[in-house]
Amino acid sequence: MSERKIRVLLAKPGLDGHDVGAKVVVQALIEAGFDVTYTGLRQTPEAIAKAAQAADADVIGLSILSGAHLPLCRRIRDLLLDRGLHDKLWIVGGNIPETDRMVLRQLGYRGVFPTGSRTEEIVSFIRENLK
Amino acid sequence: MSVGKDNEPAARSASRGVRPVVNESGIEIKPLYGAQDVAATGGMDESGPGEAPFTRGIHPLMYRQRPWTMRQYTGFANAADTNKRFKYLIANGQTGLNVAFDLATQCGYDSDAPEAMGEVGRVGMAVDTLRDFEIAFDGIDLDAITVSLTINGAAAILIAMYLAMAEKRGYDVARLRGTAQNDILKEFIGRGTWVFPVDPSVKLVADTIEYCAKVAPKYSPVSVCGYHIRESGATPAEEMAYAFAIAKAYADATLARGLDIDEFAGRLSFNFNVFGNLFEQVAKFRAGRRLWAKIILDQYGAKNPASGWMRMIAGGGGFGLTIEQPENNIMRGAYYALIAALGGAQTMALCCYDEAYTIPTPKAQRISLRTMQLLIEEMGLADTVDPLGGSYYIETLTNQMEQKIVEIMGWVDANGGIVKAVADGLIQKRVSEYAYQRQRALESGVLRKVGVNCYTESEEENPNVELHPYDEMGALEQIESLRRVRAERSNDAAERALNALRADAKAGRNVMPALMEAVKAYASVGEMTSAMVDVYGRFKEPTRLWGLAA
Repeated sequence: MSERKIRVLLAKPGLDGHDVGAKVVVQALIEAGFDVTYTGLRQTPEAIAKAAQAADADVIGLSILSGAHLPLCRRIRDLLLDRGLHDKLWIVGGNIPETDRMVLRQLGYRGVFPTGSRTEEIVSFIRENLK
Repeated sequence: MSVGKDNEPAARSASRGVRPVVNESGIEIKPLYGAQDVAATGGMDESGPGEAPFTRGIHPLMYRQRPWTMRQYTGFANAADTNKRFKYLIANGQTGLNVAFDLATQCGYDSDAPEAMGEVGRVGMAVDTLRDFEIAFDGIDLDAITVSLTINGAAAILIAMYLAMAEKRGYDVARLRGTAQNDILKEFIGRGTWVFPVDPSVKLVADTIEYCAKVAPKYSPVSVCGYHIRESGATPAEEMAYAFAIAKAYADATLARGLDIDEFAGRLSFNFNVFGNLFEQVAKFRAGRRLWAKIILDQYGAKNPASGWMRMIAGGGGFGLTIEQPENNIMRGAYYALIAALGGAQTMALCCYDEAYTIPTPKAQRISLRTMQLLIEEMGLADTVDPLGGSYYIETLTNQMEQKIVEIMGWVDANGGIVKAVADGLIQKRVSEYAYQRQRALESGVLRKVGVNCYTESEEENPNVELHPYDEMGALEQIESLRRVRAERSNDAAERALNALRADAKAGRNVMPALMEAVKAYASVGEMTSAMVDVYGRFKEPTRLWGLAA
């Protein structure tokens, strides 16, 4: 019986142009056997929520290095909830100071991966949390 | 004859069983170099500094005559706060300004645009209209302190704004010095603050070069950046090769306007990175200087030797800095500054030790500034030109790096040239693949990184990094101030100027004169960008290429 691959949407919300990390994570997730959709830069929160639903993603990942993670993640959370995507695994990575990590977890982003995280941590976090 | 030659067999036998070393650019590094290595790779360039092809430096006396300009990347919140920080840095001995803009400004949005949400004044200063520039540079002597604008997608607009601001303050624009980054091709490869599609973007760069050549001939309208391509995932040799290919593309687009190469080539400058192996970077700069001179003087036939100067800002090194054990970044910064000085940089800017966390605090910026100052004052780096010149190792590596850069430029040409390779996403793909390999090598420990995969602390003590705070109220104030400008200006005049801009863009004319008028009518960055988007459209990123079709 063939199992459905884990589907991941990886998005770059807002105006931040730092996409080295996002593309590295995309490659690592593909290599781990996941089905990955990468949005590219400059996605609005609305476009991301829509894309997550369209892709039927199990995992919704955001990458933000500009420091605007709190306002963007708040807005995206509201839109994901509107679309009934509360049961998906939300994760976020980027330049995220210690003090903001708890806030993001409380918003519903179960995985928070600050700069310097290893790609294998992200892969195993996804596997464990989708069991 | 030479010491190196006599030692060669001894070194060879001694190196048996020693681990092989290959630098990032793919050149095998020997345990010992001698005169025969220099000879076998093309010999030594015997010309002195200030003589083409400038291997040893573009000026005869280099830092002995004038030390490098110190230009820390600065800007945050609004024009008033940034003005204060500028003055703080100048008071601490900084000799140039390097302006950071927020992402809304960089991407051509006004502070009140929905796209700007959360970004106003965050990673740089928010700029909406000429009023912001008037405030930001208030009280700063633009003759004494040269200003570099780190702006790309919206560069034509901000260059016009800078020239208009200077003009308004009574400066003769024909004698005004300064720099804009204005390298849009590298934004498509890394950094990502593009606005328009590739072709009109290159057209706009040519507009600024052509306009400045005629109106502001001392102003450097473009600083071609290998820097960000290296950050995104390129070897040092690729960094130079892509930058030169990009600079040639801008030169070609400008020559097509009927300008002579000597009218503008001397005002093209470069921005390069300094992280990685010290000797490889120094050789990269020496090789790059020689090759760029050959390209401009031999291939393009420039008559004025200064047209072939590879003038550069070198520094940064953000990718080399780590979030782990952040104090180590202070030492890294010191070595990076050493590399830039040994490499013959005209201008230097260092990433601060806290930049893996946030934009730098004043204290972190002062440490970077002091790092450069102590190289000059205590270490003798400004005393002698090209102090590594004549070293068997450096001269050999310089020859080999030049060869590598030429090879990579050939590969770009074979793929239809840099403009096509960027539009197709080919360079982006290559750079992303290298970034992924680099990350894997870091995670596996093949690529050693102190504090990251070796000499790590089992109990990492909470790093004591003071974070630059983001001021939410500042964003609201900026929006308020934009609304005030819109209410106070003549909206008819602004509208007329924007229509003229749209018409010039549509007719394929140089848009700089129309931008100058629009800026002076206090049209906003967002309004001017929209007028041009109406004609040129917006860039669509070729995301399909990153292995995602699999």
